[in-house]
Amino acid sequence: MASAAYIYDAIRTPRSRGKANGTLHEVKPVQLAAGLLREMQSRHDLDTSRVGDVVLGCVSPVGDQGSDIAKGAVQAAHWDEAVSGVQIDRFCASGLEAVNTAAAKIVAGQEDLMVAGGVESMSRVPMGSAGGAMYLDPDMIIDQRAVPQGIGADLIATIDGYSREDVDAFAMESQRRAAHARDSGWFDKSVVPVRDEGGLTILERDDFIKPDTDMQKLGALNPSFAAMGSYGFDEMALSKYPEVARINHVHTPGNSSGIVDGSATVLIGSEQAGKDLGLEPRGSIVQAAMISTDPVIMLAGPGPAAKKCLNKAGLTVDDIDLWEINEAFASVAMRYMKDLGIDHEITNVNGGSIAMGHPLGATGAMLVSTMLDELERRNAKRAMLSLCIGGGMGISTLIERV
Amino acid sequence: MAFAYDKDASGIVTVTMDMDGPVNAMNNAFLPLFCDTMDRIEAEDGLTGVIWTSAKETFFAGGDLNMLKSVTPDGVEALFESVEGTKAVMRRMEKLPVPVVAAINGAALGGGYELCLACNYRIAADNPKSKIGLPEVTLGLLPGGGGTVRLTWLLGLEAAMPFLLEGHQVSPAKALTAGLVHEVVAPDQLLDRAKEYILSVQGDISAVTQPWDTTGYKIPGGPSASPKNAPRIAGAAAMLFKKTRGLLPGPARILDIMTEAAGRVDFDTAQRYESRRFASLAPMPSTKNMIETLFFGMNKVNGGASRPKGIPRSKVERLGILGAGMMGQGIAYSAAMAGVPVVLKDMTLEAAERGKAYTEKLLNKRVGKGRMTAEERDAVLALITPTDKAEDIKGCDLIIEAVFERIDVKNAVLAEHEDLLAEDGFWGSNTSTLPITRLAEGSSRPENFVGLHFFSPADKMPLLEIIAGDKTSDETLARAIDFARQIKKTPIIVGDKTGFYTSRTIGTKILEAVQLVAEGQDPVRVDNLSRLTGMPTGMLSLLDEVQLKLIHDIYTTQVGMGLVDPAEEATPEARNMIAELVTDHDRKGRATGKGFYDYTAEGKEIWPGLTVWRKEDAVLPDQDIQDRIIFRAVLETLRCLEEGVLRSVADGNVGSILGIGAPVHTGGYIQFVNTYGLGRFVERCEELTRRYGERFTPSEILMRHAAKQLEFH
Repeated sequence: MASAAYIYDAIRTPRSRGKANGTLHEVKPVQLAAGLLREMQSRHDLDTSRVGDVVLGCVSPVGDQGSDIAKGAVQAAHWDEAVSGVQIDRFCASGLEAVNTAAAKIVAGQEDLMVAGGVESMSRVPMGSAGGAMYLDPDMIIDQRAVPQGIGADLIATIDGYSREDVDAFAMESQRRAAHARDSGWFDKSVVPVRDEGGLTILERDDFIKPDTDMQKLGALNPSFAAMGSYGFDEMALSKYPEVARINHVHTPGNSSGIVDGSATVLIGSEQAGKDLGLEPRGSIVQAAMISTDPVIMLAGPGPAAKKCLNKAGLTVDDIDLWEINEAFASVAMRYMKDLGIDHEITNVNGGSIAMGHPLGATGAMLVSTMLDELERRNAKRAMLSLCIGGGMGISTLIERV
Repeated sequence: MAFAYDKDASGIVTVTMDMDGPVNAMNNAFLPLFCDTMDRIEAEDGLTGVIWTSAKETFFAGGDLNMLKSVTPDGVEALFESVEGTKAVMRRMEKLPVPVVAAINGAALGGGYELCLACNYRIAADNPKSKIGLPEVTLGLLPGGGGTVRLTWLLGLEAAMPFLLEGHQVSPAKALTAGLVHEVVAPDQLLDRAKEYILSVQGDISAVTQPWDTTGYKIPGGPSASPKNAPRIAGAAAMLFKKTRGLLPGPARILDIMTEAAGRVDFDTAQRYESRRFASLAPMPSTKNMIETLFFGMNKVNGGASRPKGIPRSKVERLGILGAGMMGQGIAYSAAMAGVPVVLKDMTLEAAERGKAYTEKLLNKRVGKGRMTAEERDAVLALITPTDKAEDIKGCDLIIEAVFERIDVKNAVLAEHEDLLAEDGFWGSNTSTLPITRLAEGSSRPENFVGLHFFSPADKMPLLEIIAGDKTSDETLARAIDFARQIKKTPIIVGDKTGFYTSRTIGTKILEAVQLVAEGQDPVRVDNLSRLTGMPTGMLSLLDEVQLKLIHDIYTTQVGMGLVDPAEEATPEARNMIAELVTDHDRKGRATGKGFYDYTAEGKEIWPGLTVWRKEDAVLPDQDIQDRIIFRAVLETLRCLEEGVLRSVADGNVGSILGIGAPVHTGGYIQFVNTYGLGRFVERCEELTRRYGERFTPSEILMRHAAKQLEFH
């Protein structure tokens, strides 16, 4: 890369259940994001007029999240009038896509300092609210064999031979790691409590994690996609996988990512911008890659994306210290580890979305702070962040401490 | 005059449609007539209302299928223009300032009902025989005369689905309940009531405004984007896929048009969209195939095209069935349902009664679902007399023997009962494999001996394969066809060669699938790929159902009888594999829980023992696997035609779809070639021959037709 894209800070809100009884339901999504912008400003005594653009990912950009919520958040945070904002949507990768977009603009010299991130209040704007031909148009559904993503996750488990016990055990470990990291204070550097305008705390720390879950509780949950599969979606998926006799429906709410509210932001800039503003770089964005794979199974993109990213960076699997794969479903993370030949010991070391939840448009940006904190805590160097994406896409971003 | 036009003293115009031909139809003659009539109506002074009715027994029959099946890609534009032209006149009609009433005197199907939907008010004559509905989907079409959009607006997405996606046809009474018509009246009051209605709503603006032209009208159940409907549409798409394997564009387009119509676009835009998707659907192969076979072929076959000429119609007055097993009991049910008295005989009275209990079970289900009254059930049941005494059979004018599939057993039964037939009665042997001529040798009147091959389960399967032995008389064949129609089966007549038509042909595709596995292909993949061609089940699953042991035994018997020569077996590895599975591994079939699959309470899993045959490095392309299976069946069907086993193309097409699971979208195993393209088919056969063996060599009849580019009809 010509000129590096430095990460000057990465912060996030805690996550809470994305339903009406979730702690963050009372907070408008525009305020979730604006709160983080204000925090970024005060932490670094930032002259916001120096920020060129704010890019926020959001997957259901309608209703409370509609009409370019990024620009809304900039204004709600009372940032300088010169700061523009744009909302983007690359499904579950939106937050990381925002980071990559910002990095690319910095590297290209188009901008000097940017904020990238994402926001999703799933309690207010439920998943699917944005509609879309890929999932609602009968022509597309039949022609493209567009099945619900959980069917794809179950198909991955079936093909790879992950049993219900395997995916539940993975989920258990995610809960254990997340609870341990939170309770050890390892998230405290980046997690910014959500407060009301009077300064009262609404949510201090992640409250979605279920540390007291066990295999018995997990095993008692009903598969989420068996009924849907029997309507015909299984048949649709298998028409592309005739070597599979039938889909083993292993995924439940217990071993899939949680529906939560949350937001994240990352401050990214050139070396010069940091010097001008007296900012210390914490890391840099080394390389990023997008790819698409079979849209029917949908969730098999992260492994190939990570390989592409490594290739472009001229690195190998062994050069990476920590791996982070969004736990959309347990089988997605398991397939990722299998594709890359990596161990669970260095993957999702502090748990993932199964335990903490997956606020769709924000998750990708959250991974940046999670990994940066952990690289610093371990005094390690590189981390690869990946997510599976609707339509069969995969995204990977390689970050490095400086 | 094709449309009689009458204006009465009260200002009501009654248009009585009486087009040339047996029915009123949306053919080339219709649009000018319709247009002229509307011109005249619009020019009327003192008009108070319009009534559309018919001088025929039916109200209106629908589209011109001959025209539709001949549409080429070049003809799409003309078809679109013509559909739009008709719709424009319909639009003028429903926008008249006076009430327009459809007086539905008889069946109103397809285009006929679409015409009714463009009327303000629909009154049907209470004739339980007349049907109302939009059956286009059953022929691979979509209602393109405005019906898809109008019915969606009228009933809402969910309620319209069974009528549009499944083509439900209903009686006037049910049409009333479903909201398809507004009123049902006695046939002789139809026109009076229509006039009375018109006069009663004079000045009422809502009576002359269609729902889709009413400000503030809401489609029942809400728009397609509503939180309830969005997942319902996705679910309907999945269900459609399950049913059609994604191979039928017609129903998929219907669902799509419904989705567009329900709130995505305005009424007129939706109408134009419907016309486009209808016009471009017409030249597609699956459309032509389904019209050709499911309409024209079916009419030919059921209309008795193969029935020997000049023989008076006959009716079976009393049917004897020997053997109350699976086949016998299913035949008994079909006959009794058609009102034929049945004597059902087995070795013991208990066995015969068990056979009758099968009918009772099926009827109780019908009663439970409200499709039959308890009295009707009892009346049907009373027609079946179970017995173990030969003399009870005496005097039956048809005896069907449905005993064990072995010549000596069948001969013994024949010897014991033949004399009991009524004087001019005939004998039917239900066999799927034994030669009729040979069986008839035991008969004292071989001219009255015929093969009646029912399919399992006989109460459900619509096909009857009638086998003519060397000595079977034309009169017997005619009577067999009449009997088939009497019990509402579709009959085809075939020659008495080994395996007749259906068993022989289904055998080739099953054996080809086994051959693929024997050569090392993944059995799960072979099974699924064969099902994905559009066949109802995969070929290995089907073989498990049919029972490997049965196939093995039949083959062994046929070899023993000298009917087949093992040296000429096209797929010897498949034969060997089946033999080995049955004899060495006790894999007899689904009935014993062990075939290609293991069957347990949890479902079925492929038998791990099959890995012995598997060659991981010899993976064939999907297309080759599918073509090998389907081409074998097509080639065998053409051979049957060439050898005279099949007497008509329609018999082959209809027989293959109804009897042996030919994919519906292909129009059957002969029509398949017509739309695949004769030349292209020959080329592909030659390619398969080079790669996989002589059994794919194009037959003479095929080469002849291909050389002349002469389709099979």
